[in-house]
Amino acid sequence: MRARVFVTLKTSVFDPQGKTIADALHSLGYGGVEDVRQGKYFELDLATSEAAQARAMASEVADKLLANPVIESYRIEVD
Amino acid sequence: MTFGIVVFPGSNCDHDAYHAAKHVLGQDAEFIWHKDEDLKGADVLILPGGFSYGDYLRTGAIARFSPIMHAVRAFAGRGGPVLGICNGFQILLEAGLIPGAMLRNRSVKFQCEHVHVRVEQLDTPFTAACRSGQVLRLPIAHGEGNYFAPPDVIARLETNRQIVFRYTNAEGQVTDEANPNGSAAAIAGLCNEARNVVGLMPHPERACESALGSADGLRVFESAVESIKSGALVARA
Repeated sequence: MRARVFVTLKTSVFDPQGKTIADALHSLGYGGVEDVRQGKYFELDLATSEAAQARAMASEVADKLLANPVIESYRIEVD
Repeated sequence: MTFGIVVFPGSNCDHDAYHAAKHVLGQDAEFIWHKDEDLKGADVLILPGGFSYGDYLRTGAIARFSPIMHAVRAFAGRGGPVLGICNGFQILLEAGLIPGAMLRNRSVKFQCEHVHVRVEQLDTPFTAACRSGQVLRLPIAHGEGNYFAPPDVIARLETNRQIVFRYTNAEGQVTDEANPNGSAAAIAGLCNEARNVVGLMPHPERACESALGSADGLRVFESAVESIKSGALVARA
């Protein structure tokens, strides 16, 4: 199965890169883009056909390595 | 006494630290490869600066799982003095040996310049030879040195006197202009609760000889020597 892990900075954490991208978009005329938050996206190919097992495995590696719980949170999609 | 300098793939200040310990201070120094498990009898460990594992994923995130980190963690647990410099500090944060995390600099630039830091605490193995409130002029070179921790953690760091270095101006005053990266509470360096593990973003090893523009960093290394010789720290690898 494939798990997709989306890692984003917690809302309480300032995102200098997202702010810079938002500023760039504003200077390009996209004033309607009110805010940008940059994150990371991982695709994990997992040796299981069980969705629950795939989700548990993805969650474990996200906790251990993919996300830093001090500054980041994550969500997982499995298909 | 022996300085053990851990070398990760992508470390690039390992030789600077070795030079400061061996040639400037006249102490023994050993490189310790990250795949080793033995600390070669080191009295003090240094996790040097650089770009371990290319800074992939997050700075220090992969190096924290290097085999040597088991021995580093055990050494720290026995009270052994550990100094993390720049990327070494980032590794200590990712390893959970010091609380908090690094964000991208608020300027979104790689900041490479000399800054001033004020020594806030003298009862660590890396500041014992400093004067209270002493201002050191040290170079920084990092893209991710914007220290972050939640407000309750910052409050605990203040209460426990774990903030060892703060960015200041040359007069030792904390100002927003003197903060090069946006770090919370102007934090440039921290220690753990037991005070034997210290991490800082500036590079004392690159400021140990006046020919390099500053010799202030020598105080950090001399502190380690004095701490070991005075018997304040007895942990051995």
